[in-house]
Amino acid sequence: MGNEHGGVAVTQGNNGAQAYWKANLRLVGGLLAVWFVVSYGFGILLVDVLNRIPLGGFKLGFFFAQQGSIYVFVALIFYYVQRMNRLDRQFDVNED
Amino acid sequence: MDTQTWIYLVVGSTFALYIGIAIWSRAASTRDFYVAGGHVNPVANGMATAADWMSAASFISMAGLIAFLGYNASPYLMGWTGGYVLLALLLAPYLRKFGKFTVPEFIGERFYSRTARLVAVFCLIVASITYVIGQMKGVGVAFGRFLEVEFETGVLVGMAIVFFYAVLGGMKGITYTQIAQYCVLIFAYTVPAIFISFQMTGNPVPQLGLGSHMVGSDVAFLDKLDQVVTELGFARYTEPTGARINTFMLTLSLMIGTAGLPHVIIRFFTVPNVADARRSAGWALVFIAILYTTAPAVGAMARMNLMDTIQPGPVGAVEGNLVYEDRPEWFRNWEKTGLLAFEDKNGDGRIQYYNDQNAAFAAKAQAYGWQGNEMVTVDRDIMVLANPEIANLPGWVIALVAAGGLAAALSTAAGLLLAISSAISHDLLKGTFMPQISERQELMAGRIAMAAAIVVAGYLGMNPPGFAAQVVALAFGLAASSIFPALMMGIFSLRVNRAGAVCGMLAGLTSTLLYIVAYKGWFFIPGTEWFPNTAEYWLLGIQPEAFGAVGAGINFAVAMVVSRLTAAPPAHIQALVEDIRVPRGAGAATGH
Repeated sequence: MGNEHGGVAVTQGNNGAQAYWKANLRLVGGLLAVWFVVSYGFGILLVDVLNRIPLGGFKLGFFFAQQGSIYVFVALIFYYVQRMNRLDRQFDVNED
Repeated sequence: MDTQTWIYLVVGSTFALYIGIAIWSRAASTRDFYVAGGHVNPVANGMATAADWMSAASFISMAGLIAFLGYNASPYLMGWTGGYVLLALLLAPYLRKFGKFTVPEFIGERFYSRTARLVAVFCLIVASITYVIGQMKGVGVAFGRFLEVEFETGVLVGMAIVFFYAVLGGMKGITYTQIAQYCVLIFAYTVPAIFISFQMTGNPVPQLGLGSHMVGSDVAFLDKLDQVVTELGFARYTEPTGARINTFMLTLSLMIGTAGLPHVIIRFFTVPNVADARRSAGWALVFIAILYTTAPAVGAMARMNLMDTIQPGPVGAVEGNLVYEDRPEWFRNWEKTGLLAFEDKNGDGRIQYYNDQNAAFAAKAQAYGWQGNEMVTVDRDIMVLANPEIANLPGWVIALVAAGGLAAALSTAAGLLLAISSAISHDLLKGTFMPQISERQELMAGRIAMAAAIVVAGYLGMNPPGFAAQVVALAFGLAASSIFPALMMGIFSLRVNRAGAVCGMLAGLTSTLLYIVAYKGWFFIPGTEWFPNTAEYWLLGIQPEAFGAVGAGINFAVAMVVSRLTAAPPAHIQALVEDIRVPRGAGAATGH
């Protein structure tokens, strides 16, 4: 890895990098909880209960299993991108 | 213009386009060949990743699977998209920061072990070869049906096209052709879906049409479909059957497997930096989701069309069933291929299509004078291909579907072939056995490995081993149980060391392989399996295709325990892990 390291992150020492990593893990953990709930929760484990609730012409459980979870997945990634870019700047580990 | 002329025109011009791109984007260095120079725009890479990922199976088979399984096909929809969340959050940014050319290279360096690298190469090659056979077969089938040439000729033409742009351009040529192929395949998939959704529900957006009412009635489309299929003894379309734990584990295995497939991961080495790798994963899923959210509408509407065609009147009334001699043109076309077959079991000249395995429905069927399901063959794969004909769409739409199927198969084949050739030239030759070769020699070796991989894939596509249809499960099982956990622990744990990683990968790999062999036999040869492949014999009711997640769990557990019992990784490895966790300094992907 012959690339130069960011000056500030290094001078902040290990604490800055560790706080950045902790914030990152918290964010990822929260997003994966949502990821789990919409697909495994709503789409699989709770499908019978949710299928009693109509959403337009869909049954809600079926909707999450074949449409809804996919929309949420897309939203999760873009939310992650935005939050990580902010974290990168906040801890001064961003590129350029 | 007739349909056949349209097909030649559309398929011919897409092929000319791919060749044009190949000539324009020749690879000059190993960086070009492995990672397209490392400066692909993240949105463009997202599009290329979508084409790379969506194979003949996504384009042709998935909607058919949904049509016949209904809710029970959901693991494929959630699994093959949810994996991108794992990829974006857990792997892609860090592997991009690491900044090398191949997946085994990361595993080898992070676990400072040539053995780990070779195990990864083995998994990569087995997973990719099994996967590429199916693509080559898909090319042959699509050519056979639409261009009316021999299956072998179809595979040869496909090989020639891939050879041209993959050998010349490497990742660079593949990237730009994949972008073109994505445009072709998504247009081909959505246009017929829009027509059909509008015909059936009055709503041109298929995703919304699926949740709308039937044209001219106030019954929701899906409720109507549930009613139509249950009246003929089939299971409800929108509700689950089978063990919940199996659905759960299958979804999890497909997600982890997706995130661990090397030909997808290496696409994220082509973007300029870490932030772009994250963004690119998001765009990839957007482009994939366009097809994956359309597929449930295509599947449900195709099922409705099929049921309506065969059973136009009330169930039980004699005139309720279609007279065989009056069957529509598309029915006759597909009968010729053998993918659709009718047998007049009760000799009444009419077609009865119902679930004759349903004991509760048997008495009714007998009262109607039915003597078994007469649609003896309904191949799931014809659903997407026959859809435009069923809906009476013009010839150019059918031509588009042919070009789209070919684009899906070729783009995935090229991505897989690159993963294989880079593992051979970069990991095996340069990295392990002949480290002294120059860059020019390595580039040449990459091209030769690519050419050889194409020949092997083409040969296996023409002479598929009996197990070809089953092996995709193997590819996902291997990726899920060996590659994904190794990558994740390499990033998220400072403590997992060489011994832990190697033992973990081998434990995950062997347990998954053994479970598949136990129910499917050695090399999938019938008769060599140890247990019947049915639910009552499965461990906890988990089917072999769903075992990858268990294998991954075993991998994680073994790696953690073994690492605890042995020395921590050396300081420079821990520093490497700390370094890939922060984005700054990603710079260019480099082989040195």
